[in-house]
Amino acid sequence: MGISLVRDNTVRLRPPRFLWVPFELGRPLGVPDDAEFQKRVLSHAFSLFNKAGPPPVLEDFPEEAPGTGANLTGWTCPIPLPPSSDDKSPERLTRVLVEIERLAPWHQSSMERRGRTATGALGIEIEDVVRFLHTVIEEVPVTPKEGVPVGEAFRQGCEELKTFYMEASTAKPGNASSRDLADWFWGKTAAGRLLLDLQSAALKSGDAGIRRVAETQLVPRQQKHRLD
Amino acid sequence: MVRLSDLDSGSAQHLLDKECPAFESAPFVSGPPLQERRVAIVTSAGLHRRDDQNFSLRDLSYRVIPDNTKAADLVMTQSSVNYDRTGFQQDINVVFPIDRLRELRDAGEIAEVAKFHYAINGAGWLPHEIETTARELAGMLKEDRVNAVLLVPV
Repeated sequence: MGISLVRDNTVRLRPPRFLWVPFELGRPLGVPDDAEFQKRVLSHAFSLFNKAGPPPVLEDFPEEAPGTGANLTGWTCPIPLPPSSDDKSPERLTRVLVEIERLAPWHQSSMERRGRTATGALGIEIEDVVRFLHTVIEEVPVTPKEGVPVGEAFRQGCEELKTFYMEASTAKPGNASSRDLADWFWGKTAAGRLLLDLQSAALKSGDAGIRRVAETQLVPRQQKHRLD
Repeated sequence: MVRLSDLDSGSAQHLLDKECPAFESAPFVSGPPLQERRVAIVTSAGLHRRDDQNFSLRDLSYRVIPDNTKAADLVMTQSSVNYDRTGFQQDINVVFPIDRLRELRDAGEIAEVAKFHYAINGAGWLPHEIETTARELAGMLKEDRVNAVLLVPV
């Protein structure tokens, strides 16, 4: 039995028992920090085990995720950061490191409140992740994690950076939608600017793995309009 | 952004262009009542323990998540950038509802939580690509006496 986020494809595949949920990609249980809502999703999904058929059994979850909709527009990051810049000067690395320094207390606060961080996939400090990524503009760096090819480390380093920013920016409870957060990161921060700049540089990399990441795994479709 | 119609046309088309081959058969079995089910989670979110091997771009392998794994020990190295990760970053149950599962067990709605759960790297694989992994997972789920699996996408 499963949860479906893309109803059209589930209809075509005809699995035996599935619950379609009207939530965004990446949020199959709907919303963070709402145990009662998540439990309703799960209970509805499990109720499909009691259906006698005929297959396929596909039901629609009747509720929208709480907090989605127009009431969330206009979010701004509560953490003051220096203004980002579009210029591609060598100071861009410094600007990202300054942002990280400003965000660090909020990231710490996030870890204390949630008891965890999703960073650390590469096993190095976030500042070293940024230095590693920045190197890609000029050359093919050495992978920071043994056993992880440099192209993979590049992809995961980009995710690490985003994760650090997102965890810090959501440390204060508030109604930020995922789109608000993505627009803030890609449109307002030096880190987002760095990743956008990396896309064109990485496409010319001497490493095939880095080039492949730059093609499809670096900038989300919804943010590609920001590329020069 | 909650339905395909709410996505930009490129993202929606990308999802609709996924090949969805028809299966030759449509197995459908009835099992014991929900209160007698031992439940495991299989997620395509690319989760794994921090000290386990990261997922790579076209990685068809799986990672084992023992039931006693702490949320703080889980990271996500799934290869797509086109889905939201901020929900997971704030609350692991958004993609891996392990706490909710335990609550349902404690409330007697399900019998047990499995000893092991599993993660794969995305769901856009064709059946012949992922079949070996799927069969291996099925074998391990049986070994763990699991009689209900919750498939969770991202």
